[in-house]
Amino acid sequence: MATSSVSKGCFVFKPSFKKRKISVAIEDYFNNGKNESEDSKLRFETYHLMWQQMKSETERFQEELNKNLFDSLIEFLQKSHSEFQNNSRNWGFQIKLREIPTAALVLGVNVTDHDLIFRSLTEAIQNNVTPYVVSLQAKDCPDMKHFLQKVISQLMSCCVNTKPQKEESVNVTQKKTHYSVDSLSSWYMTITQKTGPRMPSKKRTPGRWHPPAVVLILKDMESFNTKVLQDFITSSSQHLHEFPLILIFGIATSPIIIHRLLPHAVSSLLCIELFQSLSCKNHLTTILDKLLLTTQFPFKISEKVLQVLTNIFLYHDFSIQNFIKGLKLSLLEHFHSQPLSVLCCSLPEAKRRISCFSASQCENIRRLPSFRRYVEKQASEKQVALLTCEKLLKEEAQSLLESLHVYHVNYFLALRCLHHFTASLPKYPLGRQIRELYCMCLEKNVWDSEEYASALQLLRMLAKDELMTILQKCSEVFNSSSGKQLGSSAKKIEDFLAQFQSLDADAKEEEDASGSQPRVLPRTDLYHLQKSLMETKELRRTKKQSRFEVLREAVVNFIDCLVRDHLLPPETQPLHEVVYFCGARMLREHLNAAPRMALHAALHNPHYYLKNEALEGEEGCIPHTAPDICIAYKLHLECGRLINLVDWSEAFATVVTAAEKTDVNSATSEEMNEIIQDAKTSDSTEVNTCTYAHRTLSLKAKELMTTGSWTSTSSDLFVKAQPIPGIPERPSGKTTQCDSLSFTADYHHILRPSSCSPVE
Amino acid sequence: MPHLENLVLCRESQVSTLKSLFGERHHFSFPSIFIYGHTASGKTYVTQTLLKTLELPHVFVNCVECFTLRLLLEQILNKLNHLSSSEEGCSTEITCETFNDFVRAFKQVTTAESLKDQTVYIVLDKAEYLRDMEANLLPGFLRLQELTDRNVTVIFLSEIIWEKFRPNTGCLEPFVLYFPDYSIGNLQKILSHDHPPEYSADFYAAYINILLGVFYTVCRDLKELRHLAVLNFPKYCEPVVKGEAGERDTRKLWRNIEPHLKKAMQTVYLREISSSQWEKLQKDDADPAQVKGLSAYSHVELPYYSKFILIAAYLASYNPARTDRRFFLKHHGKIKKTNFLKKHEKTSNHLLGPKPFPLDRLLAILYSIVDSRVAPTANIFSQIASLVTLQLLTLVGHDDQLDAPKYKCTVSLDFIRAIARTVNFDIIKYLYDFL
Repeated sequence: MATSSVSKGCFVFKPSFKKRKISVAIEDYFNNGKNESEDSKLRFETYHLMWQQMKSETERFQEELNKNLFDSLIEFLQKSHSEFQNNSRNWGFQIKLREIPTAALVLGVNVTDHDLIFRSLTEAIQNNVTPYVVSLQAKDCPDMKHFLQKVISQLMSCCVNTKPQKEESVNVTQKKTHYSVDSLSSWYMTITQKTGPRMPSKKRTPGRWHPPAVVLILKDMESFNTKVLQDFITSSSQHLHEFPLILIFGIATSPIIIHRLLPHAVSSLLCIELFQSLSCKNHLTTILDKLLLTTQFPFKISEKVLQVLTNIFLYHDFSIQNFIKGLKLSLLEHFHSQPLSVLCCSLPEAKRRISCFSASQCENIRRLPSFRRYVEKQASEKQVALLTCEKLLKEEAQSLLESLHVYHVNYFLALRCLHHFTASLPKYPLGRQIRELYCMCLEKNVWDSEEYASALQLLRMLAKDELMTILQKCSEVFNSSSGKQLGSSAKKIEDFLAQFQSLDADAKEEEDASGSQPRVLPRTDLYHLQKSLMETKELRRTKKQSRFEVLREAVVNFIDCLVRDHLLPPETQPLHEVVYFCGARMLREHLNAAPRMALHAALHNPHYYLKNEALEGEEGCIPHTAPDICIAYKLHLECGRLINLVDWSEAFATVVTAAEKTDVNSATSEEMNEIIQDAKTSDSTEVNTCTYAHRTLSLKAKELMTTGSWTSTSSDLFVKAQPIPGIPERPSGKTTQCDSLSFTADYHHILRPSSCSPVE
Repeated sequence: MPHLENLVLCRESQVSTLKSLFGERHHFSFPSIFIYGHTASGKTYVTQTLLKTLELPHVFVNCVECFTLRLLLEQILNKLNHLSSSEEGCSTEITCETFNDFVRAFKQVTTAESLKDQTVYIVLDKAEYLRDMEANLLPGFLRLQELTDRNVTVIFLSEIIWEKFRPNTGCLEPFVLYFPDYSIGNLQKILSHDHPPEYSADFYAAYINILLGVFYTVCRDLKELRHLAVLNFPKYCEPVVKGEAGERDTRKLWRNIEPHLKKAMQTVYLREISSSQWEKLQKDDADPAQVKGLSAYSHVELPYYSKFILIAAYLASYNPARTDRRFFLKHHGKIKKTNFLKKHEKTSNHLLGPKPFPLDRLLAILYSIVDSRVAPTANIFSQIASLVTLQLLTLVGHDDQLDAPKYKCTVSLDFIRAIARTVNFDIIKYLYDFL
């Protein structure tokens, strides 16, 4: 108590300033609450920096990927608009139907990514074609009125943005009620007339000045109401002379949807051209290539995590955004949970950080399993030194980090080479995409797998030109990397290429030589033919390998050695925990939640979420302390398909009252009896305890259903209610239900106050 | 008026009927005229040119644009206001909420000097939209002359016959006028009327003759035919321009253009290829087969589980629920199709269309057709929702949380077979119709 006064009165408390500042800085969340917080701030900063780098890198190459599409789209927009203005004198042009230029933009089913594309598309159009860009979503336009309202309000804000001070008057004159295509086009006329004379002096375009077109983007074509679309297209096509409109349809499935949504009478008003965006699988490949298969970012993820992320992508949503979010989450979690992740930064920086490590951090290093394994391999005196001398440990860790870096450089080079070798093999034993190969190599020694053996088998059968193209690709890989690592391999590949080329020349000579020998097959009978065939077969088996075959064998051996030397799984590397994130389980829990399982767990085992000791019962029995809903759920699980409500409620009552009987304080049960008495007097029909229990239960079940928890449970959860014999049906079902709802709520609180407490 | 005959071709009888209906300027005309006929049978064009050349005071309103009562009425009034006070320029805007206001305002507007003593015409194009508006609107317009006590005629233009308009409460019957379809001779005459200035009329007429020979069987829409004529004319002229054939060399020209027109019928006419792309192809002399039409891109790339959800939805939509046991249980015993055939199930389910199914059935089928174990994660449920937004599934009824939601699968058999092929699932084996 802040006052020690005994008397009654008013006391003024001035707010203390300390209390006010409760807001926690973000980096403080990195403290795990315990003492290991010394580097938390540094870790957060490292995380933040790296995420920024990764983000800007992703944005950069996403822009690059979209560039092609945007360029062609913008070209289309400009062309169709200028055509519109130039040819109006032409004979044919006057007779031809006036079609609205339309771009059908097929973007793929990953609807969540579309927003980003549309945002950058809008920007690009505003910069290059016209300031008037409107983008609409189907959910905003249930009817024509809302559709036009959205279009007009967005158009006006467009034009206010470009010329803030001048358009005020237009805004005011536009009355709110006049949302029609007619008013839209007249508004457009006034705007363009106003800005018209001013523009040409700035832009200096040859010829007449064109008023800018209006681009209307329909983000999700599939969900639009057909009638709204049809009406809008027919009415705006009549105003096309005054109101140059260009449509962009964002299509997620396939362009056939246009024909499904619009009848011929309407689609004949459109001049549709198709544009297709990059497939999202290719997109994923680039992301992996740029973010993970590179030494640019030290952060790496383990096989399991990669598996989780790619599975969510390929099996569930195709969404690049979600994939990147998952990557961000794993990055965050890595820096959060791994104290040694301070070292997950550029090599010189990491070395510097090691040199000023505290004793506890050194202890962390010593505790790493990979480091322990490394120590065990050392000579005994060195083991002792590593475990005791801090300075030696730091030096050793620095050199280990360096070798880890080198390992990664070589790893990715070797991986790419192997991918070039195996990507074109029939049936793709090692996967078609580099991510599959990467997963395999991360998991275990790839050369121990059957697939690898079969891949090598297939490689031994490659033709020369195939081999040469592969080798060329590999040498490109080596040349593109700036480092001098694996220089010998690069040189070896060059050698192989040169040898193959020289083989070409030799082969010609050889052919000439063999061609000179006349191979006359004398006419023979069947027996002789068989015999000669057998002979040639024998000959082939024992025949000395040709020079090409020898060389091919050498190439295959070379790639095999490369793989065995450099594609060791990361677990073999000491200190790999610093850069590898392996919390696959946590990631799965966060990204691929299972609501049904969570509900079942909560209902079946309330202790799991409520963390109350009283709830922890032994297997098979139902603790009376559990929340009502859990008891009801467990009881219902014991039944089969159908539950008799009487049985259910009786069982419920037994479980609940069994506990109360043992209770010394029987006040609650007394109260309950009172209530029952009350109810009996108020309700003339015969009522017993069961009815109340049954009502509570059915209401609880209703509650569950309305909160959505039961619709998502399996079908056998649905309970078929059977009317209890002896209780007549009431005529006004609605009101009684309401009564009982409020009644049972009260009943509940009095009866079982304990049931509420664990929830809080 | 010879002028009018030049403008309006092949509609002489309709024009004369209308003219006699209109009568002199100050005569009272029929209160309402209902003109109907197929698309591009000249309804709008004839009415518009007639009213324009006769310089009658008229208001032309397209009902598609006016999606509310208020917009429609205000547009009529404002245009009338414009007519009556054209000298002073635009006067104040009239606001009008109900038909009652409209009648009052109409009386006021038509007292103006320029509109007095002559019939005012209100033309309502696409009149079928009136049926979806307020119930009093159509009877009100039909009786406008009586209600306003002014000399006014309302003309309805529609593609639907009058019988489909008649309200149950009864109304004043309009004068019904039918515009029949143009015959092939009419089309020929109208199309060859506007020939390009560089070429003779005969040359163009010969071209139109060939064009109609190809397209008349599939399309009688004058607008569309004109469009196609203009699009393909440069190709027809090509030999003449190159000097390979004379203008009279009809046979050679025909041989040149006919295959080209047939290709156009399969592509441009169906809007598989846009007209601008078609023109570009002509210019480059490329093969039209190279450019794929819209329908060629029917392939939809879906996530792995989405494919299976869609397949499960298809199975649930087209198989009777009783047969699930036979398809998805391992030891179902031998059940022959004839044994559990009910009478009404003898017709193919594919002819009857998809049937609704509850979510739980979908999930049950999904679990049994996917090889690996599928956890019922939030992602699976969101995939179902996103398939609904992509219109591959539709939600049947209201989306109530209490009852299990029901869906229908809206994709075609070909589509689902293509999807099933990508995941190596033999869907035909699981379909009851193909048992």
